[in-house]
Amino acid sequence: MVTSVQSSLWKFLQRFYTVLIFFFLYAPIIVLIVYSFNDSRLSVGWSGFTLDWYVKLFEDRQIIRSFYYTISIAVLSSTIATIIGTFAAIGIHHMKSFRKQLILSINNLPLLNPDIVTGVSLMALFVFFKAELGFITMLIAHITFNIPYVILSVLPKLRQMPKDMLEAAMDLGATPWYALRKVIIPEISPGIITGALIAFTMSIDDFVISFFTTGNGVSNLSITIYSMARRGINPKINALSTILFVSVLSLMLIINKRQSKESKKSI
Amino acid sequence: MLKKYSGHPYILWSMIFIVFPLILVIYYSLVKVSSETGRLMFSIEGYKTFMQPLYLKVFIKSVLLALEATALCLVIGYPIAYIIANMKPELQKFMALLLILPMWMNFLLRTYAWISILGKNGIINRFLGVIGLPALDLMFNDKAVLIGMVYNFLPFMVLPIYTVLSKIDKSVIEAAQDLGANSRIVMRKVVVPLSIPGIISGITMVFMPAVSTFVIPSLLGGGRSVLIGNLVEQQFLVVGNWNFGSAISVVLMIFILMSMRIMKRYDVEEEGEMNLW
Repeated sequence: MVTSVQSSLWKFLQRFYTVLIFFFLYAPIIVLIVYSFNDSRLSVGWSGFTLDWYVKLFEDRQIIRSFYYTISIAVLSSTIATIIGTFAAIGIHHMKSFRKQLILSINNLPLLNPDIVTGVSLMALFVFFKAELGFITMLIAHITFNIPYVILSVLPKLRQMPKDMLEAAMDLGATPWYALRKVIIPEISPGIITGALIAFTMSIDDFVISFFTTGNGVSNLSITIYSMARRGINPKINALSTILFVSVLSLMLIINKRQSKESKKSI
Repeated sequence: MLKKYSGHPYILWSMIFIVFPLILVIYYSLVKVSSETGRLMFSIEGYKTFMQPLYLKVFIKSVLLALEATALCLVIGYPIAYIIANMKPELQKFMALLLILPMWMNFLLRTYAWISILGKNGIINRFLGVIGLPALDLMFNDKAVLIGMVYNFLPFMVLPIYTVLSKIDKSVIEAAQDLGANSRIVMRKVVVPLSIPGIISGITMVFMPAVSTFVIPSLLGGGRSVLIGNLVEQQFLVVGNWNFGSAISVVLMIFILMSMRIMKRYDVEEEGEMNLW
């Protein structure tokens, strides 16, 4: 008897704790979404429901432009980083131990270094070469911090691949390109996709490195939000973030449902 | 041919955009524009300035605050990782998704939202007012920065620990129980030691961004809470003293690489590949 009471109390405590933690994680998001419907510029107190911010959002050129920059930098940088990173991973995989260690250590630098050091060092580079800070420099910076994620997601897949698959394909008459397209890429594609997704996410959410490597009025959403923060964030930004958040949420739910359906089918 | 050359573009890229910029920062930390000739000359003034008590204090404060945030994340995060790892498999996947989901909302915006929760006219103080308690001064101090850090980095602690815990073979735990260990001993002697690799990566993933952040203190600390990251940002973008800014960056970089090195020693599960750092 005592143990059953104890275990149900234990269960209750576990549930309570879980709810508490997730409340902590989601409280700011709830606040943000609620204020996107608030009929007041200030984010204090509730002054009635409105959809105004959602309408005005599309008239705000600064926000729309920074949204455009965020997305185009994310798409371009993750695509280029995925291509360079996948080839690099294939090359690294076949290197001898010392060179492999060296290049992997260099590859780890942007991951280990604080963002601010990476940002400052890239800014120093661009200024040193008298490159004008703007879209291109920010794009280069994003590619640079994205490649390591791609390499680290592709390498394990290459290790899982049977050792002599490339040789076998080439012995059977495949050109290196053909072997790459028909043998290697299909084998490591889960790693490539994971890497590309991580790269895209990192690029969309980056603030620090972009902050140091951009200029000339080119700013992504994070930078726009940061510069707004001093004057108070406009609810239009809340509206945009709500739209983005809800779209990602529904996308994930759809993927999740599909996967669980497929896994049920296979059982 | 494919094997031999496919890595070369990246080797070139990493030399230009990873290695050279860092060398440049080290170089700038050692040179200064001479006030007499207007030319660059060797100077360790940046490091000397950093050794002044004023700046050393900022550095120590950043490290202590980051340590506090890391410890809090571990204490809060371990139980939740444990609870999730013991749920049904489908539920586990969903909970892991719930942990990652907030990261899809802009991190600055999520941090900023804390102002309307903790602020003077924020939700907590309004609630306290309703039940007749005096308002608390929660915003724009080190406590607010700490809350911001724990909030932002908690998932980085929970996820690696959860991953390791969910992979523990249940039969190991059963074996310990069969051999007479009670639940506390199982926890202390089996579960926690097996989850050390997760704890290690959790600690590094929280401590590293926490010690170098400049966004959280500048949003939630309101100028009253200057950390090492703010110092770097100010030197490069406001003051324009690259010599000092680079010196702080170099110190920060060496400090982080060294602490990673120390942490790695406690990591029992070494991967086959060695690393220079």
